[in-house]
Amino acid sequence: MIDKTGIAKRIAQEVRDGMYINLGIGIPTLVANYIPKNLNVVLQSENGLLGIGPFPTEEQVDPDLINAGKQTITMMPGSALFSSAESFAMIRGGHVDLTILGAMEVSEKGDIANWKVPGKMVKGMGGAMDLVASAKNIIVAMQHCSKDGASKLLTTCTLPLTGLQCVKKIVSDMAVLDVLPEGGFKLLERAPGVSVDQIKNATAGKLVVEGEIPEMKII
Amino acid sequence: MINKVVENAIVATADIPDNATLMLGGFGLCGIPENSISALLKKGVKGLTCISNNAGVDDFGIGLLLKTRQVRKMISSYVGENAEFERQLLSGELEVELIPQGTLAERIRAGGAGIPAFYTPAGVGTEVALGKETRTFDGKVYLLENWLRADFSIVKAWRGDTAGNLVYKGTARNFNPMMAAAGKITIAEVEELVPLGELDPNQIHTPGIYVQRVFKGTGYEKRIEQRTTR
Repeated sequence: MIDKTGIAKRIAQEVRDGMYINLGIGIPTLVANYIPKNLNVVLQSENGLLGIGPFPTEEQVDPDLINAGKQTITMMPGSALFSSAESFAMIRGGHVDLTILGAMEVSEKGDIANWKVPGKMVKGMGGAMDLVASAKNIIVAMQHCSKDGASKLLTTCTLPLTGLQCVKKIVSDMAVLDVLPEGGFKLLERAPGVSVDQIKNATAGKLVVEGEIPEMKII
Repeated sequence: MINKVVENAIVATADIPDNATLMLGGFGLCGIPENSISALLKKGVKGLTCISNNAGVDDFGIGLLLKTRQVRKMISSYVGENAEFERQLLSGELEVELIPQGTLAERIRAGGAGIPAFYTPAGVGTEVALGKETRTFDGKVYLLENWLRADFSIVKAWRGDTAGNLVYKGTARNFNPMMAAAGKITIAEVEELVPLGELDPNQIHTPGIYVQRVFKGTGYEKRIEQRTTR
């Protein structure tokens, strides 16, 4: 099994040079720390910034400069600021290359649920519905099972949906999986120390296993 | 030029009646009209419908108006870590309409721009789509979403001039420009109120035509929700 940092490190390997990327709140935000330094990428914050820089020093803290998780941030040279309408125009318009976000459940068809547990918890969808409806490539960072051991990779989502048939790839604490266009989770990699059988047992939806499944390489 | 300057938040918000629909700028606590929220609290106006991306936190921003039960309905995209907002929502004490953030921004933009409705892909196949018209364009399904307009829009800018031209700073811009255009009456509070000619016309974010009242705010707290440093 890998921890949150491990998930973030593995997702960072999916980043390619020249990408505009939107990172969701939580584990996805951590991905920024592990993007290889030789790649030129631009991070988008849906509250109105292209070019998120590192977290500020104490002296640099500016209450007028935050990311979508409301954390204080800095800007990169060449950053651009804009309104929320402009921000979602670039999201819906398909200009963002990669979206990385968290999920409570994903179905074998690529449906995602991450904003509400009826009667118990309502975070709100924030920008997630706009992002998943339009992004070209969506990678989900999530725990494979809930705390009581129930699978979160399902045949059909049980929680209210955020979007339909949109997730392309999942990096969990146990595995890396692709969501196949015809439906099903295709197992690509195992987390260190996790067996294919363990992943089978932890995946309620259709799991496709072909040949030898390598271990994730996390540095 | 038309002079839009009023003395302070109390004067600017004096005619906001009970049951008014308000838009309030800001994302989290960034770029919120602190002075006007305090004035509404003092005034005790009730039954408000508030359109705002968030509802502040428990003890700041719109959270203050939730606590005093001055808000009847919230139209937002994110409840987040506001425990009182989540509690009132789950118990049904507060009417809440949750809207995808991009749809919220565009509905407000449409309201100010005279576009009564538009199609968006956000929310297709989810409970957001319930009861809404859908249409297929180039093989993809879209939802019809209506504009949003308000009796009063209350925005916060960094600098403004006496004609109501506004400039925002950093990510404090967020929903403020669209809201400024979507209010029947728009109140702008600014950190710096400058004479005509001081702002570079090339750099104006909100042209003064959208703003009916402008005042210089005082005592900005600019609270930070997640102070994160290196």
